[in-house]
Amino acid sequence: MEGIQVQDRAIITPGEVIATGMDYIPSMGTYRDKERIIANKLGMVHIEGRAIKVIPLSGRYMPKVGDMIIGQVIDISMSGWRIELNCAYSAMISLKDATSDFIERGADLTQYYNLGDYMIAEIVNVTSQKLVDLSTRGPGMRKLQGGRIITVNPNKVPRVIGKQGSMVGLIKDATGCRITVGQNGIIHIQGTPKQEMLAAETIHKVEQESHFSGLTDKIKAYLEQRVKEMQLDPTPLIIDEPPRERPMQQRRGPPRFSRGRR
Amino acid sequence: MEAKAGVIKNADGSAMFKMGDTIAYAAVYGPRDLYPKFMQNPKKGILRCNYNMMPFSGSGERVRPGQNRRAKEISMVTEKALLPVLELEDFPNAVVDVYVELPQTDAGSRCAGICAAAIALADAGLVMKDMIAAVSVGNLDGNIVVDLDKDEEDFEGPVADIPVAIIPSTGQITLLQMDGEITPEKLVKALELAQETCMRINEVQRKALKDKYAGE
Repeated sequence: MEGIQVQDRAIITPGEVIATGMDYIPSMGTYRDKERIIANKLGMVHIEGRAIKVIPLSGRYMPKVGDMIIGQVIDISMSGWRIELNCAYSAMISLKDATSDFIERGADLTQYYNLGDYMIAEIVNVTSQKLVDLSTRGPGMRKLQGGRIITVNPNKVPRVIGKQGSMVGLIKDATGCRITVGQNGIIHIQGTPKQEMLAAETIHKVEQESHFSGLTDKIKAYLEQRVKEMQLDPTPLIIDEPPRERPMQQRRGPPRFSRGRR
Repeated sequence: MEAKAGVIKNADGSAMFKMGDTIAYAAVYGPRDLYPKFMQNPKKGILRCNYNMMPFSGSGERVRPGQNRRAKEISMVTEKALLPVLELEDFPNAVVDVYVELPQTDAGSRCAGICAAAIALADAGLVMKDMIAAVSVGNLDGNIVVDLDKDEEDFEGPVADIPVAIIPSTGQITLLQMDGEITPEKLVKALELAQETCMRINEVQRKALKDKYAGE
């Protein structure tokens, strides 16, 4: 038999033949074995012209250059911080990529990021051995203060965000929360406790029902109903973030004649 | 025969596989950091399997849980049966942990464990060429039989118990052990029977995965 063996958007398991013949090209999540194109991941078949790919439905996050992620500080070293990304590998962020302040040698790094702090950062480099480098230089990247952190399946992140951020925009508008979605499936929500609760609830609903078509409309109706039920005030909480405080420099070591920045 | 995927919430992938009175649960964690560091392989990720019979799982006497000679051996053969289909090149220095727990056994536990582990690995979203199906075949008093239970294994007479694990798409064998005696002709016949049975087991495994994800 020639051609496609399964329906588009069907669930496929590893080892199943998707197509036979040389008319199709194996893409992500598939491989070619002579005449056949076989899935090597559990997922949903997606046929794009001649290319066949399998969109994964499960699995851990894999760090990719350019991704915006939310991570937690798990260790502090001499020259930076180690960040947990909810994946197989942890990342490093160096002093220079974490802050624009001048930091004295031997300064206490916990005044910038302490153990357990969360940050929004961008992945700037991933080596073949999966050493990951982060940076917080860029718009929107910062230390997270207040709010709450929830985790979703990283494969569902595109659905949580929606087309051009439609889904997350909807939830933001309806609840008044400030929401940041990391590509690694960690989401930061900030608002009043009630607003945060509804936002978290809705995001989990999106995650669970991500396969339905017309999900945005459904979520819209759900949010309207819940806002009424909870008598929620969706005016955004004014988050007055103090301007990036610069900790007092405490110098150690022998006295120096010239002070100030280099 | 019954299979279900996604039975353990905290795991990255999990499955239950039941064959006769033998029930196996498998949980997959990872890929994740591997410690101690000297076990890390910088070229590719490693697979670590752990087989455990629960204290009340045997027929009658309490089974001492945890590591023993037999559990160690089965953990090793499980690992070697699953490894040929797994592609772990993308996960240097990492580990994929597979925990197989058996709350109830009636022989054929390593095969049930492998079947459950294969579903759990696919559920965890790992890259694998194919799934693995396993079954025990054997020779019971001159008859070729499939999936021996404890009474059949303990039969007083000529018995052979041959656990086989197979890659369904190619028919390649990744596990072959034997206990007992069998003639070469019968062994070939038994293996043919194993191939046939594994294809049917594989259908059940795939259905379990599809059932989980079709509803999602």
